[in-house]
Amino acid sequence: MAVQIESLKSIPYFSGLNPAELEAIRKYVFEKTAARDEVILLEGDTSDALYFVVSGVVKVFKTSAEGKEQIIRIVRPGESFNDVSVFDGAPNPTSAQAMGPVVISGITRNDLQNVLRDYPQVALNVNKVLAGQVRELMALVEDLSFKHVVNRVAKILLENAGNGAGSPPRLTQREMAAMAGTAREIIGRSLKALEQAHAIRLDRNRIMITDRETLREMAMMAPQARGRARPVGSAAGTTRDEGQQL
Amino acid sequence: MIAMPVIDQGKCDGCGLCINVCRGDAVAMVGRTVAAVETGNCDWCTDCEAVCRTGAISCSYEIIG
Repeated sequence: MAVQIESLKSIPYFSGLNPAELEAIRKYVFEKTAARDEVILLEGDTSDALYFVVSGVVKVFKTSAEGKEQIIRIVRPGESFNDVSVFDGAPNPTSAQAMGPVVISGITRNDLQNVLRDYPQVALNVNKVLAGQVRELMALVEDLSFKHVVNRVAKILLENAGNGAGSPPRLTQREMAAMAGTAREIIGRSLKALEQAHAIRLDRNRIMITDRETLREMAMMAPQARGRARPVGSAAGTTRDEGQQL
Repeated sequence: MIAMPVIDQGKCDGCGLCINVCRGDAVAMVGRTVAAVETGNCDWCTDCEAVCRTGAISCSYEIIG
C-alpha cells in the first residue's frame, strides 16, 4: 500500500522536513492494516520495524505471568510504537494490539538508519519523541511504585458513594484518576483489584460496594465500629506488594 | 432506558477514534461530531472514553454504597 505524504507530515519523527525530503523518505515507508484485536507485536518476540498509526488506535501493553495486563500507552494517529526495539535490536518489551481496525505504516531498522544518516533533522526529532516517551514511562513508574492508587480509589469510592436516596453520585475513570493523582490506565486495574478483593462489584455502569469494611481497610481508613485498620490486603485477598504496585 | 456514554458535542473534534474502537456500534458520526447510539450492545468497556483525546466522552459509574 502506498503511503501518502500527508500521513508522513503528521508524524513527529518527520516534522520539519520539506516536501522533497518527505518524498524521498516515503519510498522507505510501507503501510499495512490490522483487524480489531489483532496482535501486531508480541512481547518477547523480535521485530525490526518502527510503526506509526495512520488511522485507528493501538494499545501497547505488558502482560504478567498471571495474565494481568497493564496498558503502557494508547497510540493514536501520528504516534509511533516499537521505538525501543527498533533502536536497540532487542526483543519487544511490550505487546501491541489493534483496538479497532487500524492502518499502520512502518519503516525497517535498516531503512530508518539510512534516513537518520541522510536527514539529521529526523535524529533530532527522534530524541524529542523518545524523551517524551521516557517522561511518560517515568510517570507510570512513579504511579505503580510509590502511589498506593488502590487505597486512594477505595477512599474515593467510600467518599462518593450514594446511600440509595436520590440520584447516586457518578464518576468517570478519568475523574477518579484526576482525584487519585494518577493515570486513567491505572484506575481500571485498581477497580479490578477491589472487585477481586470482594469489596465492590462492577455491574456495567454501576460500582456497588459489597463489603464496606473491606473497602475501608483497603482505603487504610479507621474501621467504623470495631478493631483497628489492618494493612492493605491483610483481609482483602491481596498482598501488601500488590497494594503497593497499584 | 439503558445508560449510554455521554458525549460533549462542544469538545468532540469528530476524529472518530471512539467509533473505531467501539465493538457495539454504540457511537456514530452525526454531522461533524459523534453521538451515542442506543444499540443495546454497549457493554461499558469505556474504551471510547480512553481513546478520546479531547475528553469529550464520559462513561460515568454510579457509585452505590
